[in-house]
Order: sequence, then C-alpha cells, then structure tokens
Amino acid sequence: MDVNERKIRLIEIIFGVLVSIYLIAPIFVLVPMSFGPARFFSFPPPEFSVEQYVKFFHSAPWWRAIRVSFEVAVMASFFASVLGILTSLAMRYKIPAKGFLNALFISPMIVPLIITAVALYSFFAKFHLVDTIPGLVMAHTILTLPFVIITVSATLKGLDPSLEKAAATLGASPPKVFFKVTLPLIKRGAITGAIFAYMISFDETVVAIFLSSSHAITLPKKMWDSIRFSIEPILPALSTILILFAILMLILLEVLSRKKG
Amino acid sequence: MNRTHHRSFKAILFHPTAKGMLLLIPALTALIILFVIPIYRIFHLSLFDPHFTLKYYLAFFQRPVYMRVMWITVKISLIVTAACLFVGYPFALVLSRAGEKLSKLFIVCIILSMCISLLVRNFSWIIILQRSGIVDTFLMKVGLTHHHVKLLHNLFSVVLGMTEILLPYMILPIFSVLKSIDPNLPQAAQTMGARPWQAFWWVTFPLSLPGVYAGFLLVFIMSLGYFITPALLGGAREMMISNMIAFQVQTVLNWHFAAGLSMILLIATLIFYAIFNKAVGLEKLENLGV
Repeated sequence: MDVNERKIRLIEIIFGVLVSIYLIAPIFVLVPMSFGPARFFSFPPPEFSVEQYVKFFHSAPWWRAIRVSFEVAVMASFFASVLGILTSLAMRYKIPAKGFLNALFISPMIVPLIITAVALYSFFAKFHLVDTIPGLVMAHTILTLPFVIITVSATLKGLDPSLEKAAATLGASPPKVFFKVTLPLIKRGAITGAIFAYMISFDETVVAIFLSSSHAITLPKKMWDSIRFSIEPILPALSTILILFAILMLILLEVLSRKKG
Repeated sequence: MNRTHHRSFKAILFHPTAKGMLLLIPALTALIILFVIPIYRIFHLSLFDPHFTLKYYLAFFQRPVYMRVMWITVKISLIVTAACLFVGYPFALVLSRAGEKLSKLFIVCIILSMCISLLVRNFSWIIILQRSGIVDTFLMKVGLTHHHVKLLHNLFSVVLGMTEILLPYMILPIFSVLKSIDPNLPQAAQTMGARPWQAFWWVTFPLSLPGVYAGFLLVFIMSLGYFITPALLGGAREMMISNMIAFQVQTVLNWHFAAGLSMILLIATLIFYAIFNKAVGLEKLENLGV
C-alpha cells in the first residue's frame, strides 16, 4: 500500500465513522443526559443523578401509556401475523389478478401515513372507535400487514413444496399439513414478521395522533404531546429505555437470522 | 344428482385457485373494510359537497398559500433527497470497500438507527439544536458568534432531522448494488491503465446507477408525505402538505379541503411509485427490510 492509498483509506474510515455517529447521534446525546438532573436540560449534565428515572418509574400516566402501547402492539402483531401468513400462503396458488392483489396488500406501506390516519379517523368516528384500543389494534393490524407478508413470502420462496405434497400423499389432512409441515418450516419468517409488526406498532405515531387522545393514549402519542406542548424532564430517561429496547430487538433479530443461516 | 353436485362442490373447493382465494378472504376483507373503504370515503369527500364539485381541488391551485405549501413540500423533499445522496453514496462506497469488521460495525449503526423510535430521534435534535443547546453553546464558546444562533424550527433543522431518518433508505439499495458488482471489472480497467478514479467513474459508478435510482425515488417518495419531523423541528414556514392536511382536519375542521389535499398527495405518491416500479421493480422493496 503506498502513502496515497493509505491516506484514502484513512479518509474513508473517518468519513464512515462520522456518518455512523450522525445516524446514532440520539444515543450519544440522550443517554448521558438521562443521568442528569430532572429540572433542566444541559449537556453535558452538570451532575450525576438518577432523578429522571425515579420520576419516570413513579409516573402513573406514563406507565398507562406504555401498557396501552404494549397491548395494542401485541394484538396488532398477532392479527397481522395470522392474516399475513394466510395471505402469503394464498399467493403461492394461481389466483386471478395476482399482481394487483399483491400491490393492494403492500399499499398500506406505500400510502402516506397522514392519509391513512385521516381516513381512519373519519371512518372510525362513525363507529365510536376513535380513542379506543380496538380502533388502534385494527389500524395497526392493517399498517403492519405488508411487513409480515413481505417477510413470510420471502421465507416461503425458499420452501420446497414437495415436502407438503409428500405429507398430503401420506394421508395428512390439509390442516395437519399446515400445522405439522408448513408452519414449522416458515416459523422463523413468521416470528421475524411478528417482531417487525410489534416494533412498528409500538412506535407508530402519525395514526396514533388522530386515533388516540385521552382514554387510549399510546406511548408515542403521549411523547408527541410532551415534546410539542411541554417538554417533560423525564423524556431523556424514557428515550434511553427505548434505545435499550431497540438494541435488544436488534440482538433478537440478529439471533433469528443467524439460526436461519 | 345430489351426489354429483356434492362431488363437484368438493372438487371446486380443493382446486388450487379456489384454495388460494379462500386463504385470501380474511386479509382481503380486513383490508377492504379498514383501508380501501376509508380511503374511498376521503376520495368521495374531496369531490362531493353534497353535489359533485371540483372547488376543493381548484382552491388548491388558485390560492397562493396552498401552492406555497406544495412548493415547500417539493423543495424540502428534493433537498433531503440530495443530502441523502451526497452523504449516502460515498458512505455506501466506503461500506462496500471496508474490511469485514468495520463494515459490520457500520451496518449495525445503520440498522440500530432504524430501530430507534422516531420520536426519540426527533427529540434528540431538539436537544442538540435548541437555544443554549449543545451546538449553540459550542459555537459561542469557540467564539464563532457572540449571540445565540437560531438553529431550530427552520429549514436547516428539518433537513438535518429528515436526512438522519431517511439516509438508510438511500444507503441500503446503493450498497446492495455496489456489493453485487464484480470486483474484477474495475480491477481490469486499472490493469488496462485507468487511474483508480477513472475506473470508478467509468466502470463502478455506471453499474451502481440502479441502486441510485432506487434510493433516490424511495427517499423522495417518503419525504413527500413526511409529517413528524417538519411538525417537531420546523417552523410555520416549513409546513409540508401532510402538516397542512392535519391542520385542516384538527384546527380548521375543513374536511373536504383536507380530503382534496390528501388525494393530491396520494396521486403524486402513486405516480412516483409507478415510476419506481418501472425503473426498479416494486419487489425490490422487499430487500430493504432489516
């Protein structure tokens, strides 16, 4: 390696590191800040304190929001997984207008969220579903469905259809073939899809701004209100906890993809 | 008679096409009730009040306020897309050339950033850019300015925040194309006398263009409908079309006009997705997952 080449390598590495820092800048700012006092924000924090965490753990409204978000995400992820697996299986057969149907199932991912939010807000208002957990679950099921379909379909592509045929030839009924052969084979794709659906629902903000207000208030909606109207001094601590969860999810997804390989 | 009827019914039920359609029914029903009908209602709302009228679309093109929102939306989207390209392309290139450990580290940073809550990321920019925040204090300490600099609630903060969020969608498609290029090709060019930058410009870069198109269109489309970042990091002058729709629904309560705006945004998005589909193929979207 001559001097010039080494210089280029160095510049490349510095550039790469700088962009990486930019991408995860929130970690470098919010984590140190969460261990500062809970009265004002200054960086670096003037003194070490766990005041924000203590305040957060004692705040009933924030815990209620977390519980609502958790419930909604678990249910939405469950429904999206069931519907997504069925749809992915259906797409293996010869069905009319397949291209159109595929595009239709992906469309909740494509249509700008604000349009879905306004449309569901207006529609759900007729059925008194605004600001209810069922309303949020239905909205998030539709929003996360495309992600389950994409991950499960990708797994199904690598599946050998002769395995299912063999089971059927040997006398297994269609449900038995599904539960004993197909499902175990696509398990990882389905779990990955369900985790995606959970993560997306738990973090979903735009639709929640319209569909959740005081009764069924989700965590992102409460954070949104807090950032917009009154920055609460516990936000850095909450952010740190959410970053920690993001890291755990990342490790979980990595473990899943390792096992597959 | 009854028996043959029964048998043919069974034959239909176990016909592959019928099986496929049956499996499709639950999700299709949910999608039609919870997505197609609500959006169709918005479409209807934009055209009928109570009789057919185009006034909500015409108002959009006649009033300068709304044309300005449209112009700001396109302007911010283009700036963000350009910023993502100018940062994302070199980064994807570095990523494709880096050693195994380093590239792994960079990829972890990209994926991790995508996993962190959007609100947390926007909030961190507020903390960084606010008055007496990290950057402001630093600039004054260094002596670049003697008074506070307004870094938040302007075009700069919106572009900075949106670029941070959308950058992975530029990096990943370009990186996946760059990685698939046969390393022998630029090498061959160099063996035949091309300088490294010439080999890049005439061989690697043209081959990476499909990734650039994909990233460019994807980031641009996602920017057009962006809502959270302009609302939190922008000021009144950075109101994008999504923010205008929310404003019409929540504050002005003009549903018809909000519906018209929604349809304009939807049509623009669909047109660009059609271009994306022609140029790249919608199935490529699948490769963008983690």
